[in-house]
Amino acid sequence: MRECHAVRRGAWAALAVVALLMMLPTLPALAQDAAREPAYRAFPLIGSRLAVWAVAQLHLNFAAFILGVPIFAVIIEIIGWRTGDARYDWLSHEFVKLTFAAFSTTALLGAFLLFLFVGYYPKFWTYMTSIFFPTYWIYALLFFAETFTVYVWYYGWDWLSGPRKGIHVALGVLSNLFGTAILLVANSWVTFMISPAGIDESGALKGSVWAAINNFTWMPINIHRLIANIVFGGTIAAAYAAFRFLGAKTDEERARYDWMGYIGNFVALSAFIVLPFAGYYLGREIYAFNQTMGITMMGGFMSWLWIIQAILIGVLFIGSNYYLWLGMERIPGSERYRRYVPMMIGILALGFMVWATPRSMVITLDEARAMGGTHHPVLGFLGVMSAKNTAVNMMILTTFVSFVLYRRANRISIKPWVGIGMVVQWAALGLAAAVVVFYGVYGYFVESLVRIGFSVYQVLAVLASIVIVMAIDIPMFRGARSTGTIRWGTIAPRSQYVLILLAVTFTWLMGLMGFARSGIRQHWHVYGVMRDNSVDAVTPAIGYAANMITTVTIVFFALVMFMFWLGGLSEKGKAGESGHASTPVFAGGSDADPTESGRGRSRAGGSEASSAGESRGGRSPLLP
Amino acid sequence: MSFLRSRFVQAVLVLVIAFVVLRFGIQPPAPWSVLTLYMSIVLLAVLVFVSSDSDSWREFVRPIRATLISPDKRRARLGLLIALPLLFGYYAYTQAAAKPQAPPELRAVHPAPPASMPFRGKEIQITGLDNPLRKDQATFKKHVAAGAEIYIRNCLYCHGDNLDGKGHFAYGFNPPPANFQDPGTIAMLQEAYLFWRIAKGGPGLPKESTPWNSVMPAWEDRLTEGQIWQVIVYLYDATGQQPRRWEESH
Repeated sequence: MRECHAVRRGAWAALAVVALLMMLPTLPALAQDAAREPAYRAFPLIGSRLAVWAVAQLHLNFAAFILGVPIFAVIIEIIGWRTGDARYDWLSHEFVKLTFAAFSTTALLGAFLLFLFVGYYPKFWTYMTSIFFPTYWIYALLFFAETFTVYVWYYGWDWLSGPRKGIHVALGVLSNLFGTAILLVANSWVTFMISPAGIDESGALKGSVWAAINNFTWMPINIHRLIANIVFGGTIAAAYAAFRFLGAKTDEERARYDWMGYIGNFVALSAFIVLPFAGYYLGREIYAFNQTMGITMMGGFMSWLWIIQAILIGVLFIGSNYYLWLGMERIPGSERYRRYVPMMIGILALGFMVWATPRSMVITLDEARAMGGTHHPVLGFLGVMSAKNTAVNMMILTTFVSFVLYRRANRISIKPWVGIGMVVQWAALGLAAAVVVFYGVYGYFVESLVRIGFSVYQVLAVLASIVIVMAIDIPMFRGARSTGTIRWGTIAPRSQYVLILLAVTFTWLMGLMGFARSGIRQHWHVYGVMRDNSVDAVTPAIGYAANMITTVTIVFFALVMFMFWLGGLSEKGKAGESGHASTPVFAGGSDADPTESGRGRSRAGGSEASSAGESRGGRSPLLP
Repeated sequence: MSFLRSRFVQAVLVLVIAFVVLRFGIQPPAPWSVLTLYMSIVLLAVLVFVSSDSDSWREFVRPIRATLISPDKRRARLGLLIALPLLFGYYAYTQAAAKPQAPPELRAVHPAPPASMPFRGKEIQITGLDNPLRKDQATFKKHVAAGAEIYIRNCLYCHGDNLDGKGHFAYGFNPPPANFQDPGTIAMLQEAYLFWRIAKGGPGLPKESTPWNSVMPAWEDRLTEGQIWQVIVYLYDATGQQPRRWEESH
């Protein structure tokens, strides 16, 4: 039955790809026809813009998921392969299974989006085709290659196990390379619309299409989207695990999905820590490309959008840390670290407050008079980037400390140099915090461009401290004395709602940032080149955009919930067989059969590195 | 003092102390919109802290649960049943009742300048434009002095003799004139931006984020191009701020 579902899904995806490929030769003809046609057509009831917006956002949500998840799925598979721990192999398969369910939906939404552009924005599409036509072929071929590779990767899981595991892993890596290449091609179209390049004054391509691809914002968006896709994939996978955890009937099942949720959140958190840096780089490049666009985005009519963003990111930081603290309850020996929680929540709350402080405040006339202007003489200092960069870096450091404490919660190092190691670690963290605060304060006393450069020092200090701490932590806790086994599955159920909240918040945030990226073009289809002369040329207000983004987010999660349900449905009536291999046993799953563990491991083709039921056995240095 | 050991009491105390500090510790007082935002974050942090382990959460919930179901807390329950709807009703009334003053407005930080603008019959490219007076250091002080004179004749009445936005007329305007001493104003902007704002004033502000309600005159009718640049160098010189430089394109 499961195979039947999978084949049907596969058939849909293949059909969509074939449809896209068949449309390619017709595109120049469509473009010629479009020249004789009206520039715009009206989509019934909701209008063309809303139709494109909704489908594009949904398509991007699914695309981000299917591009992000395989990146960490293959890393987890490699860890399972090298450590011989069957849990990782099972988990990787579970993640790819989720991706698989979303694959055909992504392709269908992509095809739908293309129809909307061709049908409702024919002139715009003609212009884009005149620039990017060669890339359409590359895109379609890459999509075909990715689909083919992912299919073999998924269906060949058992076939390519044991001594052939290396080939299987290579397929996973290959599908990621194709997926990333697809992302780069699609990004070239989007970024060309923001920062067109390689064209003459009439908008025609001057030379090679490469100049149009390699435009000003292409690489910053490539980096930003790649990282964001991993975060997004991690949060959705964690939400899936939470969904399964909450509906679990047995302790073993609960333990398994508790662990899966933890890994999903760990992946999301690891990538999330560097995401603000990538975002800052993108923002800086937009500002450098065009001051008007930069000011529109950061200080102009979109300035309030960043306060909403700060609130959402604050929720993500606090939520991620909260999940880790709740998770520590299932780790014997973690009690000794509880005393750090008040300090950490204090730093996070203060950072959140600073980050969310608006530069121009919502004030009454009386308040404005009391303040002597629209900017508060004290709190106004918190509204500029010096303060905000300091706050976000301190929040990142705190989150990292949370993770380090979680990581060592049930372990006591037996290395003779543990004292020195700890001192160096805390010194590195303290020094990073000092550098961050120093440049944050000093930034108020130097000129603007120098201050912007300080953010690089702050970021480097934080990243260096993370590298130093981990470089010491991994050898220091290798072979450490255990204070007890993690009791997977015993975490408080509210933690699972936090995982779902993180997924929803991040999806919402993606929609919001997508609106910012698109909205800064204002009344231009292609900035400065092709004006938007449609009836929808006005840039919507943030409230309107927020309603729209929320509606699409709800639709996205309705579809995702349906897929989660499908994922569970395919396993019903097949106890002990959730996927390609028998599921491994986790500590805390008291009703599990310990013999399953060894069976799962042998399927993965690895060694007997970990003991049955011992969740810490054969552990990876990267994943907890 | 044993009641201080109660997690619930501790949480309430943190909230009360945070409110007192944020409401009365910041002078001039923080606007209500910001205070509400801060208190929401403090509330979230407190709830996260008390529920971050099961013992703490049980201890926090115990008095709430006892008040809701314990037979000996009947009077307290009744009191809450009356007080809470009244409080919510009062809050709803304060939010809905008409006030004599205009409601608070959501304002953008900086209006976005155009890429170029017309100035006395010629087109000036704003993007990448530098102040020409900075090229000749020998005459720079002379330009600053000339800029000071222009400022005192034209700008002082609103922007003040300390360039802090507290001029004679400042209290009659909403929004008030810009405070140039604030590191979040001219220090964050290129001189070309200031040129645009001075030349075009309130009437030249962009269509988005309206209403701007700015009473800044369009000085292009009264000042020459050179005079506008002079007053700009004076603003930076007198406040000790440095103008933002253009970033190199990659």
